[in-house]
Amino acid sequence: MTGNGYLVEVNNLVKYFPVLAGVMRRKVADIKAVDGVSFGVKQGEVVGLVGESGCGKTTVGRCILRLYDVTSGNIYFQGKDITTIEGEELRRLRRDMQLIFQDPYASLNPRMTIGDIIGEPLLVHGLSQGKEYRQKVAELLEIVELEPRMADRYPHEFSGGQRQRIGIARALATRPKFIVCDEPVSALDVSIQAQVIKLLKQLKEELGLTYLFIAHDLSVVRYISDRVVVMYLGKIVETADSEELYTTPLHPYTQALLSAVPIPCPEVDRSRKRILLTGDVPSPLFPPSGCRFHTRCRLAKDECKKKEPELREVGTEHWVACHLV
Amino acid sequence: MRETVLEVKGLRTYFYIREGVLRAVDGLSYSVNKGEFVALVGESACGKSVSALSIMRLIPYPPGIIVGGEIIFEGRDLLKLSEEEMRSIRGNRIAMVFQEPMTSLNPVLTIGRQIAESLELHRGLEKNDALVEAANLLKLVGIPDAERRLNDYPYQFSGGMQQRIMIAMALSCNPVLLIADEPTTSVDVTVQAQLMELMNNLRSQFGMSVILITHNLGLVARYADRVNVMYAGRLVESGLTDTIYSQPHHPYTVGLIASVPRLDLPRQRPLYVIPGLPPNLVRLSPNVCAFAPRCRFAISKCTEQRPELEQVGDEHWVACFRHQEIPELTAMECER
Ligand SMILES: Nc1ncnc2c1ncn2[C@@H]1O[C@H](COP(=O)(O)OP(=O)(O)OP(=O)(O)O)[C@@H](O)[C@H]1O
Ligand SMILES: Nc1ncnc2c1ncn2[C@@H]1O[C@H](COP(=O)(O)OP(=O)(O)OP(=O)(O)O)[C@@H](O)[C@H]1O
Ligand code: SF4
Ligand SMILES: [Mg+2]
Ligand SMILES: [Mg+2]
Repeated sequence: MTGNGYLVEVNNLVKYFPVLAGVMRRKVADIKAVDGVSFGVKQGEVVGLVGESGCGKTTVGRCILRLYDVTSGNIYFQGKDITTIEGEELRRLRRDMQLIFQDPYASLNPRMTIGDIIGEPLLVHGLSQGKEYRQKVAELLEIVELEPRMADRYPHEFSGGQRQRIGIARALATRPKFIVCDEPVSALDVSIQAQVIKLLKQLKEELGLTYLFIAHDLSVVRYISDRVVVMYLGKIVETADSEELYTTPLHPYTQALLSAVPIPCPEVDRSRKRILLTGDVPSPLFPPSGCRFHTRCRLAKDECKKKEPELREVGTEHWVACHLV
Repeated sequence: MRETVLEVKGLRTYFYIREGVLRAVDGLSYSVNKGEFVALVGESACGKSVSALSIMRLIPYPPGIIVGGEIIFEGRDLLKLSEEEMRSIRGNRIAMVFQEPMTSLNPVLTIGRQIAESLELHRGLEKNDALVEAANLLKLVGIPDAERRLNDYPYQFSGGMQQRIMIAMALSCNPVLLIADEPTTSVDVTVQAQLMELMNNLRSQFGMSVILITHNLGLVARYADRVNVMYAGRLVESGLTDTIYSQPHHPYTVGLIASVPRLDLPRQRPLYVIPGLPPNLVRLSPNVCAFAPRCRFAISKCTEQRPELEQVGDEHWVACFRHQEIPELTAMECER
């Protein structure tokens, strides 16, 4: 597994959540949140992960970070299988991989000062103490373009965009190599969103970071990602180079998803073809047979209901799971 | 001449809070024609929701009061009506879809009961007819299996479905004006497209006017006839949608449009970042341009006087002292 350039690799990842019922809390079914997902993230690359709510994006991110135990499949970091490592080994891994959350309001402890929030990982991992610790915290604040003297203030004194910066500074404290950004700008205003996106992009270049960037705003994902993975109901339906995916989407779901994004320019928007998807996403408890997308697909044939399409490479690093492509 | 449905004139809504007087809306004027789709945009806390709640006369007192202005709707000033008269307009002639669907649906009543009650109240339908009509409305907003789902409670629906139910409730009274406050923020792009198409169809079918409050400049480009851009409780620019996107005249509008990533442009296009933070509405002086601290084009006049809306073209108004020069000065950002 080493030497293929992947910093992170996921192989046939499966994650089911049990549905428990009755007084005995017996398992009656499985939520198939992630159901056989494989992809890699190269060193220094940003891979975007998109798809409708509930398709399993967060679950993939959390499995990679070892915040969830996988049902089956393997996760590799720097060529090493980390699927089941524990103890000291896992603790060391936690330094190298971090998470940035969606909600800048909910993810910060309101009773801790900004300095303590940002510095906590340094203490937890025994990375620095005393004067050096305070200096590190000040540096981290500067990296995210906040003022070091803000360290003594509390989260409620900051705006949404500032709080998201605080979350980013905290994630950077242990000098990680890989960061899962789970909807990092979804809760922010357009103008503040632009500030944070720019910052994430700049930090990536300066610190040589690698991101898995989860978001439902496709324009944002395209802007920041080198490659994009599209998920539907726990499966990957398409993955390609960012530019290619947006210019030549091949899966009917990707096409519908992209065409649903309105372009903030009336002239351009009017000239675009639109594919309106009907119906809601089916339940991951009972995913449809064959191709999981067939219940909403305008092109579905008989074969699609019966046989599950495999993810096939149809162009350079362009993979699609559809019988008709 | 198009028929005017709503005219907001010099609206001022203040909140008397511990830190002082928060002037959430401070001299807002605009009008909405029959069948027109108007978008209200601007950054968080600029007063969009407060202005909508003012039209509905739903500002919580204390701490909020509508301290001035007029809201002329169908020839009457809503601010002069009694609470009882207002009740017959609210959820009847004017309906509103609120930002948070869950907080505005009653969790202990079935969806069928809630819509039927509204129909009984506003359209005077009998109980059974109301239930039949409720099912029709659910079908109209695209809830599958509508008859059976009348018996379900709000929590049994997904976020997108709850939002569609809110729209069904709002439409249960055939409103003349629908105010939709971020009706699609918590739903996926695919569901968002369905909801917007639905609202747009109803507008063309029934001649309903729509005020859409949103951060999504893509939706605005696609659906709005007119765009009102708010900053710190006032309009800074107003115009027909094509004009606003192709020739924005206010530096804030220019920055706003240039700060969203676009699917149709090269990925390498740099994002414009509006520097600084939104103003503090308690401390903001009424005698300056509120945007001045963040404006690259500010001159000394901008911190001595407040620019008023001036007409700069056909149905196009701007509040900026340097509006004549802005299109040229910002040609770079507006390039596509
Ligand atoms: N801890 C959990 N226990 C049980 N079910 C879960 C858990 N976490 C997620 N799920 C379920 O797994 C599926 C995938 O959820 P996940 O949060 O990964 O989706 P997502 O793509 O991140 O969605 P969103 O865009 O809404 O964040 C959903 O059906 C969800 O309800
Ligand atoms: N009940 C209230 N009490 C005190 N202040 C309030 C109240 N409601 C709103 N405000 C203040 O009024 C200002 C305008 O708020 P409003 O909700 O209209 O913003 P908005 O433009 O709708 O923002 P968003 O896009 O985030 O929804 C804000 O500063 C807000 O804090
Ligand atoms: S009035 Fe002055 S500060 Fe305000 S937007 Fe125009 S140039 Fe900028
Ligand atoms: Mg998620
Ligand atoms: Mg609001």
